[in-house]
Amino acid sequence: MTDEKRMEELKDKLLSSYLAFENGKDINSDVHDIRSKALQNFEKLGFPTKKLEAWKYTSLNSILKEDYSIFPKAETAVELADVKKYFIHDIDTYKVVFIDGKYSSFLSNTTHDNMDICLLSSALTKPKYKAIIENFFNKTAKQDNLTSLNTAFANEGAYIFIPQNVEVEKPIQIINFTTGAENATMIQPRNLIVAERNSHVQIIERHQSLTDNAILTNAVTEIFVDTHASVDYYKIQNDNTNASLVDNTFIEQQKESTCSVHTFSFGGNITRNNLNFFQKGEHINSILKGVTIIEGRQHVDHHTLVHHIEPNCESHQDYKGIFGDRSTGVFNGKVIVEKEAQKTNAYQQNNNVLISDKATINAKPQLEIFADDVKCSHGCTIGQLDQQALFYMQQRGIPKKEANALLMYAFANTVLESVKIPEVKQRITNLIAEKLGVNIGFEL
Amino acid sequence: MSKYTEDDLREELKTKEYEYGFYTDIESEKFPKGLNEDIVRAISKKKNEPEWMTEWRLEAFRVWQQMEEPEWANVTYAKPNFQDISYYSAPKKKPKLNSLDEVDPEMLATFEKLGISLEEQKRLANVAVDIVMDSVSVATTFKETLAEKGIIFMPISEAIQEYPELVKKYIGSVVPTTDNFYAALNSAVFSDGSFCYIPKGVRCPMELSTYFRINEGGTGQFERTLVIADEGSYVSYLEGCTAPQRDENQLHAAVVELIALDDAEIKYSTVQNWFPGDSKGKGGVFNFVTKRGICETNAKISWTQVETGSAVTWKYPSCILKGNNSVGEFYSIAVTNNFQQADTGTKMIHLGKNTKSTIISKGISAGKSQNSYRGLVQIGSRAENARNFSQCDSLLMGNECGAHTFPYIETKNKSAQVEHEATTSKIGEDQLFYCNQRGIDTEKAIALIVNGFSKEVLNKLPMEFAVEAQKLLEISLEGSVG
Repeated sequence: MTDEKRMEELKDKLLSSYLAFENGKDINSDVHDIRSKALQNFEKLGFPTKKLEAWKYTSLNSILKEDYSIFPKAETAVELADVKKYFIHDIDTYKVVFIDGKYSSFLSNTTHDNMDICLLSSALTKPKYKAIIENFFNKTAKQDNLTSLNTAFANEGAYIFIPQNVEVEKPIQIINFTTGAENATMIQPRNLIVAERNSHVQIIERHQSLTDNAILTNAVTEIFVDTHASVDYYKIQNDNTNASLVDNTFIEQQKESTCSVHTFSFGGNITRNNLNFFQKGEHINSILKGVTIIEGRQHVDHHTLVHHIEPNCESHQDYKGIFGDRSTGVFNGKVIVEKEAQKTNAYQQNNNVLISDKATINAKPQLEIFADDVKCSHGCTIGQLDQQALFYMQQRGIPKKEANALLMYAFANTVLESVKIPEVKQRITNLIAEKLGVNIGFEL
Repeated sequence: MSKYTEDDLREELKTKEYEYGFYTDIESEKFPKGLNEDIVRAISKKKNEPEWMTEWRLEAFRVWQQMEEPEWANVTYAKPNFQDISYYSAPKKKPKLNSLDEVDPEMLATFEKLGISLEEQKRLANVAVDIVMDSVSVATTFKETLAEKGIIFMPISEAIQEYPELVKKYIGSVVPTTDNFYAALNSAVFSDGSFCYIPKGVRCPMELSTYFRINEGGTGQFERTLVIADEGSYVSYLEGCTAPQRDENQLHAAVVELIALDDAEIKYSTVQNWFPGDSKGKGGVFNFVTKRGICETNAKISWTQVETGSAVTWKYPSCILKGNNSVGEFYSIAVTNNFQQADTGTKMIHLGKNTKSTIISKGISAGKSQNSYRGLVQIGSRAENARNFSQCDSLLMGNECGAHTFPYIETKNKSAQVEHEATTSKIGEDQLFYCNQRGIDTEKAIALIVNGFSKEVLNKLPMEFAVEAQKLLEISLEGSVG
């Protein structure tokens, strides 16, 4: 059977399972209308192919041919001891944990005290959340193929609402485990995060597969950052090589707000990060950073968009990549500056190192500028580590492997510098050391 | 060449409308509008071409019929109706030329208006000019001087007759007939163009240049240029063009192929000034050009272009760096004003070891225009130690225009070093203030700043062109900043 045929089959399976999904949902609600519309949109668009400019360098053919189970049956028990290592466990955090797309109250630590850190499924159905769902649910998400597919099946995920002037005292972890006990599994988490005026929140997100079966996660996260609010978001991607992830994140910012997203891609089969920022006020700051270190046949694609709509805003992008073996990396960054968005300061940086002859990097840093009084620049490099620096260190008795690792760590450090949670920084540092195969703490 | 002073500039700037927009009435022989196999055959027959050439054209035509017009470029325009174009027009009185006296006096007057005085050029600029007027060459100078060195420089239609083996070997070798929609169309119906062959080890003693003009209303111009630099040779080739003002959209789909054999060097410079349409965006030339060169071992190809004209430009002069140690360069200034749209850039395909490429692109957008840089740098898996440096700078004037960059970087070799940087800025108020303070008025200050912005590219142009290009930049941006 050809890949196309398999893809069609998966599409049909998804379309027909919608009926079962619909059963048991309130079909007279607004949310139902949104879902039905999204399903029609997906039916029309189908899965993305390499013919689309946005998917030129990433083919999903190899993962879409699996026969995924869409609604995993029973809740599978997971022992805390087995999964503890996937948490940032050395600090107190709120936790919203899902296993195979279902909420795990055992592993979670939620709250309704002065804020809501809970489940989207209850927010979508309970009347007390109605106004917020009406205002924010599916408001900033794009109508593209995979986002539409997620919207059609949107049901479960994290719902985080931080009211005015609240500073959340500890970080929130959102973790999706997949057990895929029986066979290949597809899950579609949907997160909604609303940070009201003057609030502050830090979120850590992780997708983790606990099986050798193929996993496909098609996640959508919508984040609203109101006036003066600040949101720090950390995505840790260090999954098994049979787990693929399409992560769609849409962020809408109001005036004088700050939002940063750090993406650490160290593992997985095919990882595609669609990160979109929409600036809807003045004096907004958006920060997009990422470190990618992959090997084997892994593929990581960072597809970013920053849409500057209002004047006097800033955006900073900094993506570093290290590619070994037969891995492929893609960076497609797009900055749009509308003609009203005068005095924009947009900066985009993408640096890559290839450490194997078989590795590939495709970069497409893109600027579309319609305003004249702006400072926009981008830089993109592909190169090697500084041989002289390496020699200098070897001369002073640092073995080549460690010297190499130190250089790579220094290369990625511009991204790590802005991580505000020390424990996360430490975790990432350890992961980098692990990836580079050295046992040093980098605390030099 | 007399010195160009600021007073001259002031005079120039008063001329708001397109200054070269005039129309010469020369009785021309024209084919009926439309395109089919018979027309392709007729063009071939008209040119008295050998059988293989006719077949080659027909094959291209058949391929073209299967193709669709590309839509990926960042431009919007009313698509030309390819059946509403006359594919051949030639000045009727085709003179056999030995001296300038034999040229149609009306045509000579046209050249004078354009500022191409043949006598002047012969005497002062030391430039041999192969003038293409409505697809058929009518004047060739310095032929004898070139012949002494063994350099062949003639209309491609003549080269097909006289050097069929060379043409047959190289035509379509860099830009195959199947390459793209417009290249296929050009291959099927090209009327004429220039052919140039530099023999082994010869350094061409003068700049070779061709002036293109679109003349007859409703005639698409399909030029075909083939430049072959044999081992160890060098040639600098200039191409420049102006077109008459006209209401109707005119299509220009040229193909340029450069072949630099081992150790050869080709420098190809263009000043493009097709009619851009009037200040309301009406009319103007569509310029869909395929330009590509191939470098063998140690060879070098350098593209320099100054783009100020055309309503729509779609042009990517490229280098295939096939041989080891070969070098590709691209220097470009693209100016768009009013409703102009330009989607231009380059492709550098690194295949050989130790290959190097440099891309310097300067985009200047004013009025309601859209200016895009689209480039590809590709490092093949066998291209050890390949090196690329790209720089794309955009200058915006006013907030109704747009500047876009679409760089594609594809690397499959770990020893590659690729750098790309792009900036977008406007003319600083402090810069203008500084000039005003010193008695330089705003208009002139802008000209000064734009020239400074473009200097890196202007410097790469041969002397004769650099002066002309500088004037063109100033005229193109006239009245764009209030």
